[in-house]
Amino acid sequence: MKFDVLVEVRLRPGIADPQGATIERALPALGFDGVSAVRVGKAVRLTVEAADEAGARSEVAAMADRLLANPVIEQSEVTILGAVEAATGNGVTR
Amino acid sequence: MTTRVAVVVFPGSNCEHDVVQALGLVTGGPDGPAPVQAELVWHGCDSLAGYDAVVVPGGFAHGDYLRPGAIARFSPVMAAVAALAADGGPVVGICNGFQVLTEAGLLPGALQKNRGLRFLCTTVGVRVCTTRTVLTGAAAVGDELRLPVNHFEGNYTCDAATLERLRAEDRVVLRYSDNPNGSVDDIAGVCNEQGNVVGLMPHPERACDTMTGATDGMVLLRSLVTAAAARPVHLPA
Repeated sequence: MKFDVLVEVRLRPGIADPQGATIERALPALGFDGVSAVRVGKAVRLTVEAADEAGARSEVAAMADRLLANPVIEQSEVTILGAVEAATGNGVTR
Repeated sequence: MTTRVAVVVFPGSNCEHDVVQALGLVTGGPDGPAPVQAELVWHGCDSLAGYDAVVVPGGFAHGDYLRPGAIARFSPVMAAVAALAADGGPVVGICNGFQVLTEAGLLPGALQKNRGLRFLCTTVGVRVCTTRTVLTGAAAVGDELRLPVNHFEGNYTCDAATLERLRAEDRVVLRYSDNPNGSVDDIAGVCNEQGNVVGLMPHPERACDTMTGATDGMVLLRSLVTAAAARPVHLPA
C-alpha cells in the first residue's frame, strides 16, 4: 500500500528561533494581536510504500531521524494523511 | 616528500580556489614547513589515498538544500574524509565545511541561523583557545586574529552536556571576541577529541596575503601544513 505522509520538522524547544521571533514581532504591526509561541519549521510531504500504516509511520520516522531533521537542533512529527488510491482504481483503497 | 593536501569540491563549493591559493603561500621561512601541494578533489571521489590532510572549504555544498551539509554528508568523498580522520589525519572544515563536518558526525553540535537573522559578511576578532589542534599548533593561546566571516548559519549550538565536555576536554579552538552570531559560549571553532578534526566559521584562507589586506589567517594554515607534513605515513599517490 502507498501512504500519503506529512513530516513536520521544527526546532527543539529551547533552541532560539529567530524566524519565529521576527514573525511574532511583525504580526502586531498588521493588527494581529494576541499571537505568541510562533515557531517556524519545514513541512515535507511524501508518498511511501508500506505493508500497513504502522509500517509507513516507522519507515518515515527513520527517514526523519537520519536525514530530514538534524536531531541536535530539530525534532520531527510524522502524520499519516491517508492511503493513496491507485490512479486507475475504482476508488477502493488497495 | 611533498606534503599533499586535498581540498574537497562539492557542487556549490565556492572557496576551494582560495584555499588552494592560500595553502600555496605557506612556506614560513627557515622555520616553516616545506611547500605544500594543494589539489582539488571532486566530491564523487571515494578515496583520499596519497593525501596527508583534507580541507572541506566554504560555499553552498549541494545548494545547502534541506540544511547546510545535510546532503553533502552523503557524497562518496565523505567516507574517505572520515577514514582519514579516524587515521589521525588533519581534517579542517571552513564555514560550510564546518557545517558539513557536523552533519557528518565528525564534530559535535550544529550551526543554526545567526541570531538576529542577519547574513554576516564582515571581519571579526577571534581568540585562539588551544594549541593542541592541527589548526592552531603554530599559534599561541590568547592570540587575537582578525578573520573574515561570511555566513548565515554560523550560530554554533549544542546541548549543555556537549558544551561541558568541549570545555573540559579543551576542544573549543577559537572564540569570538565580540560574538557576531549568537554562538553558544562565543564558539567560532571546535575540534574532535584528538584535535585532528577542526571546524571553524571564519575564513583563514581569506586573510593570507597582504595584497588582500591581512595575513592573520596564515598562522592557522601554517599549523595545518606543519601537521600534515608530520604525518607518519605518506601513502603513494
